[in-house]
Amino acid sequence: MLESYILNALFAGICVAMIGGGLGCFVVWKKMAYFGDSLSHSSLLGIALGIALGINTTIGTFLVCSVFAAFLVYLQNKKIFSNDTLLGILAHSSLSIGIVSISLLNKRVNLDSYLFGDILTVTTEEVAWFFIATLLVMAALYLIWNKLVLMTIDENIAKSERINTNVVQTVFLTLLIIFVATCVKIVGILLITSMLIIPAATAKQISSSPLQMGVSSSIIGIISIILGLYSSVLFDTPTGPTIIVMLVILFIIIFSLSKLKNT
Amino acid sequence: MLIKAENISVIRGKKDILKNINLEIDNDDFITIIGPNGAGKSMLLKCLMGFFKPDKGKIVRSPELKVSYAPQDFVPEKSIPISAYDFIKLNKKVSELEIKKISIEFNIEALLNKQISHLSGGELQKVLIVRSLVENPNLLILDEPTQNLDVSGQLSFYKFLNDIFNERKLSILMVSHDLHMVMSSTKKVICLSSHICCSGEPLAITQDPEFISLFGQDFAEMMSVYKHDLDHKHEGHSHA
Repeated sequence: MLESYILNALFAGICVAMIGGGLGCFVVWKKMAYFGDSLSHSSLLGIALGIALGINTTIGTFLVCSVFAAFLVYLQNKKIFSNDTLLGILAHSSLSIGIVSISLLNKRVNLDSYLFGDILTVTTEEVAWFFIATLLVMAALYLIWNKLVLMTIDENIAKSERINTNVVQTVFLTLLIIFVATCVKIVGILLITSMLIIPAATAKQISSSPLQMGVSSSIIGIISIILGLYSSVLFDTPTGPTIIVMLVILFIIIFSLSKLKNT
Repeated sequence: MLIKAENISVIRGKKDILKNINLEIDNDDFITIIGPNGAGKSMLLKCLMGFFKPDKGKIVRSPELKVSYAPQDFVPEKSIPISAYDFIKLNKKVSELEIKKISIEFNIEALLNKQISHLSGGELQKVLIVRSLVENPNLLILDEPTQNLDVSGQLSFYKFLNDIFNERKLSILMVSHDLHMVMSSTKKVICLSSHICCSGEPLAITQDPEFISLFGQDFAEMMSVYKHDLDHKHEGHSHA
């Protein structure tokens, strides 16, 4: 019989892997890995805000990430610095400000659980919320999928076909922020981007259409959540990093197999 | 009339990107815009398509207008796995049968199952144009379509574009630097350098003093010689 905390962890992990699969493909296609990283680093500030105001840290994260993303997009459009430099400044400054703020709060906070995730402490109530968030994100992603793929291939073609690219882009960023806010608990701030990038990069090796890549990416994420949870209990290792190690192993296996097949 | 620009200007800082442009595109037009780099050619296309609202003047669109657009420098991101067929169908309301039919018509059916990241520049350009034709537009806007093509790719592309112009009832508006294309296919050339310097039939504008001052005597002579050569080929026998 599985302990209930393991079941909660499993469900929460599967939810995150499902949305991470589709969103991660766009992060790979649009070359937004560093953007995702900056966004997740800023979430520590959101956690600080949540603790300070006594509200749910997931909601705090969502609020701070939204403001951060809007600020980031604004600065990117200003083109004062190259994108790379801008993200480098913002990612690490927001992480540092977050850590400093949390220590200034003078409350006993286990920083490790935010940096590397704490999936085994997910409550049943949180699982319910994760499930609702997953349904919402999947539905929204389904609605914008074709438009977003076309925009990713060529923004001007999309505009010429009367797609409101600003609206679609904003919806996509909001979904990404929801993902980051929910994922903090699962693999932690420092590893969130890998839940987006590695499944998508693995799925790329075996896919011949955008949708196929999205679905495979989710499945790969789910498999590594299951394997990661199981191994972390078996070997008593931290769960978040163990999940990512499983992702990397899957990536190496599938990458090597697809290279062998092509030669 | 399909679309009309009335006295449009686009101003950035103190610089006029476009200045008092008047332009009308009718049914069955084949217009090429030429001009030096930074002349505002792409900006003019963007204003016409409504991506961009001009600072002065207005764009008038006919209710029947259905624009389709093929961008400059189209190089799809390699990490997106998508076949030519899926790309043509993406975000379009067309049946499989219609795509098959138009692919056979323009001889690209062998490309349909290939990934677009594996296509050559010329093949990609054809797929892009076929995609823009599937919903039967009446105006096709092309921004430097032959830029990434080698010489043989360019020649086959001109033939392809001429076939489209002759077989489908549509107008074409194109930005191009290509002498061959400009002189052999286009019915009208517009020479742009922030403002419209001159416009008219290809041969006529090569005599225009404004054209000569913008592109230089050599270029103007080259263009008219080119036309001259083509005329001889058409007459065929007189020098044979």
